[in-house]
Amino acid sequence: MSVWRAGAAFGRFWWDFIIGDTPEVAAGVAVIVVAAWLVAVRVSTLAVVLMPLAVVALLLSSTWRGRRSS
Amino acid sequence: MAATILIALSVFGACVVETVEALTIVMAAGFTRGWRSALEGSAVALLCLAIVVAALGPALVHYVPLNVLRLVVGSLLLVLGLQWLRKALLRASGYKAKHDEDAIYRREVERLSSQPRTGSGRDATGFVISFKGVFLEGMEVVMIVLTLGLSSGHLEIATIAAAAAVIAVGGIGLAVARQLSEVPENAMKLGVGLMLVTFGTFWSGEGAGVRWPGSDLALLVLLALYGGVAWLLVRGLGRSRPTVQAAEAS
Repeated sequence: MSVWRAGAAFGRFWWDFIIGDTPEVAAGVAVIVVAAWLVAVRVSTLAVVLMPLAVVALLLSSTWRGRRSS
Repeated sequence: MAATILIALSVFGACVVETVEALTIVMAAGFTRGWRSALEGSAVALLCLAIVVAALGPALVHYVPLNVLRLVVGSLLLVLGLQWLRKALLRASGYKAKHDEDAIYRREVERLSSQPRTGSGRDATGFVISFKGVFLEGMEVVMIVLTLGLSSGHLEIATIAAAAAVIAVGGIGLAVARQLSEVPENAMKLGVGLMLVTFGTFWSGEGAGVRWPGSDLALLVLLALYGGVAWLLVRGLGRSRPTVQAAEAS
């Protein structure tokens, strides 16, 4: 039982650490990295431009969400 | 060289922010529950964190391919960096209350003073509160040290920068015997957030197969881009906030 509780606490720590109150950030980063991999396989130079722009878009949208909820 | 300096600065800045937060909890525990328990709890937590770095660092380097490591830790850095940056931007533009070490200290002292002491020797509450404060705040630093240190191949530099920050902030805090509320925590959080997002983009991109032109020099371009966007966001959000208040008042 205590092992189960320790495992649950460990999982909760990582959930709070990575997801926390900004699930859109974790999901957005996953989408950006997968998209960068798909684009880089074909045209690496396009990924060089698109990846930072996608990160900027994610930052803008997440900050906008935070602004609305605060 | 530029990347090494940025890594040392990122780790040092992140560590200063987290150490200031941990110091507030240790100070509250020390003044209310006794210094022996508070310092012992902090020392044990620091030892545990050092063991995590010593155990995980070499194991990850030896058993995980560099590209996979960069993809995973780069993504993790990007998530952490965006969370730090978002919070710092909302605080800088007034949409979120700034981290108030004085208020946190008062709250902790009040909470700890109300709990009865058990026996006259070591105080279990003071020990546990200090341990938890240092360990939890420290885990974030450990993640940053490991991810930045391993991806760049400069784990020693990252560890030294973290240790220097702990010694500097902890030493000053204990010497003046108070929490350090004057440290410009939000500005540091914003700077570190920018650097974490920069490294996160660079390494997760490399892990995904992106070939950055100019290699490490691309870091400076990314940092300038994100810095410019952050500056515009603070200005834009700061300008729109009074308008919202005025609209509500009218």
